[in-house]
Amino acid sequence: MSERPGHPLVHLTAWRIREFTREPEALFWVFVFPVLLAFALGLAFKNRAVQVVAVAVERGSGAADLMQALDAAAGVAPVLVDSSEARNRLRTGRVALVVRPGEPVVFVYDSTRQESYVARLVVDQAIQRAAGVEPRRAVVDRRVTEKGARYIDFLLPGLIGMGIMGTGMWGVGFGIVKTRNQKLLKRLIASPMRRSEFMLSFVLSRLFFLVLEVGSLLAFGALVFGVPFRGSLLAVAVISVLGAMTFAGLGLLVASRSRTIEGVSGLMNVVMVPMWICSGVFFAYSNFPEPMQPFLQALPLTALNDALRAVILDGTGLAATVGFLGILAAWGVGSFGVALKVFRWQ
Amino acid sequence: MTGTAIACRGLVKHYGDVVAVDGLDLEVRRGECFGMLGPNGAGKTTTIEIIQGLLRPDAGSVEILGATWDRDERALRERLGTQLQETKLPDKLEVEEVLVLFRSFYRDGHAVADVLRQVGLYDKRRSWVVKLSGGQRQRLAVACALVCRPDVLFLDEPTTGLDPQSRRQLWDVISEFRRQGGTILLTTHYMEEAERLCDRVAVVDGGRIITQGSPRELITSLGAEHVVEFALADGVGLGRADLAALPGVEQVHDADGKIRLTVSHIHQTVPALMHVLAERGAMLSELTTHHATLEDVFLALTGRHLRDE
Repeated sequence: MSERPGHPLVHLTAWRIREFTREPEALFWVFVFPVLLAFALGLAFKNRAVQVVAVAVERGSGAADLMQALDAAAGVAPVLVDSSEARNRLRTGRVALVVRPGEPVVFVYDSTRQESYVARLVVDQAIQRAAGVEPRRAVVDRRVTEKGARYIDFLLPGLIGMGIMGTGMWGVGFGIVKTRNQKLLKRLIASPMRRSEFMLSFVLSRLFFLVLEVGSLLAFGALVFGVPFRGSLLAVAVISVLGAMTFAGLGLLVASRSRTIEGVSGLMNVVMVPMWICSGVFFAYSNFPEPMQPFLQALPLTALNDALRAVILDGTGLAATVGFLGILAAWGVGSFGVALKVFRWQ
Repeated sequence: MTGTAIACRGLVKHYGDVVAVDGLDLEVRRGECFGMLGPNGAGKTTTIEIIQGLLRPDAGSVEILGATWDRDERALRERLGTQLQETKLPDKLEVEEVLVLFRSFYRDGHAVADVLRQVGLYDKRRSWVVKLSGGQRQRLAVACALVCRPDVLFLDEPTTGLDPQSRRQLWDVISEFRRQGGTILLTTHYMEEAERLCDRVAVVDGGRIITQGSPRELITSLGAEHVVEFALADGVGLGRADLAALPGVEQVHDADGKIRLTVSHIHQTVPALMHVLAERGAMLSELTTHHATLEDVFLALTGRHLRDE
């Protein structure tokens, strides 16, 4: 006879943590990869000089005048080519706009490409100016370099949100399916282990990693890019914990029936890829059409990102993010509840 | 202790059109080691999983230690130790960590270190499971079953795929549990295992028990204790009737070009057989004799071998 060596929840959670820390690849994806991604994207968008747009001028009468006008203008890199070559360059994205000389001058471009539209405005202005049209009012450019308003500032909370989603879902989903696959799940339920404690251990082990995960990205952003931190650490902690539990719940749900790693990977991607794109990780979701907005805002990652940005960048208090937290909690409770119901234990 | 540990009546389980268990009755007494012996696909695993409350039968009832799964699941789970076929314990946990995890699920049980010593894994307690040999893993699986100090131990093919030495080590562990008064239900398709460990054996085939009793009783039921097996070099015909008429022959069995005689008095049968063969001018290509085993019981009942080898 002997004493029980501690609460089963403690040992189940310790198992989850060990399983993870003893897998060096998993550590790379969770801790190193997000930081590398933030670094790469931060560099790519860091205080970039004014964009120069490439445009093609088709050969023909009047082309030389146009070339002269564009050469003199700032922010345009013109090339003089045959019309077929110009089309080719436009098609392959090497130029944003084709200028066909004549009367009137014709602009050929794809209006859905943002840089093409910019090129059109810049080129038009250069041509008008060469024709003697002078602006009526003076303007001065002042570039934003203020902390909190740069792309990296926007990006970092999004990456934190994405990390919370990714590690939550992968960690829980893979762990469950692996356990089921190896018949270990069956062995566990042959013991008096409580099923809810088994599930809870996945959620709790997530919290352990969360501190490191969120902490490393926040510290990295602050030290390398000077990303500001205007809100309270406590508020970020509360939001992160809620987010982690929500996505652990979704991970449980996604893994609740799958028998194979391949099966659960597919489902994970179905759930996560749309949110990578639509939930404002890399760019604001306001770019999507107005009718989609209510749906996008109801997504858990959108709510998490919005809450994190509000606190980190705007210094909003926790009370003001309660709407976002409500959306997260609803997803978390809902998915955990459904997962418990439909879970395949055998 | 006396009384019934496990009682099943009329168990039926279908998987689609396949009948895995077909009206099976089983009774295991307290303190005995009961074996279900049968070939792969006989329904042994399905039966033992139904008894452990891991599968629901389509029909029939199960009672363990006077309790049923519907009413007393949690209390029952505290008192049963189990080793399932094909369970892979977590690769990257240490041996001791695995056992502590399983120990933590139970209110009462043995100290982890004691169980590790008992199964001979104490020196390996800091090794990752992935580094263990097949025999060591299987002993760890049995340790996880023993750590709760169970009243009933379920073992589903505990030694399948193990080398003879590992098998013997596990047999010692199981015998020790039995000696201390534990009840065991095990499945196996090794007749030596059943003969060595079990007080009583049920021979299972096609989802039913076709006979049961102590290994000795079952062998005695053949009516003869010896088996003579022979094959002829040039296919000279030798009628079944001729063989059955030989002194001491109880049964004649003819399969795959080999003839098996189940005999009671081998000293009378063999000289007589030689005489008949010489008369007919037949040449032996093979001749063996052995004491009858459970394998022979299975063969006599089903016409098939326990293992397809």
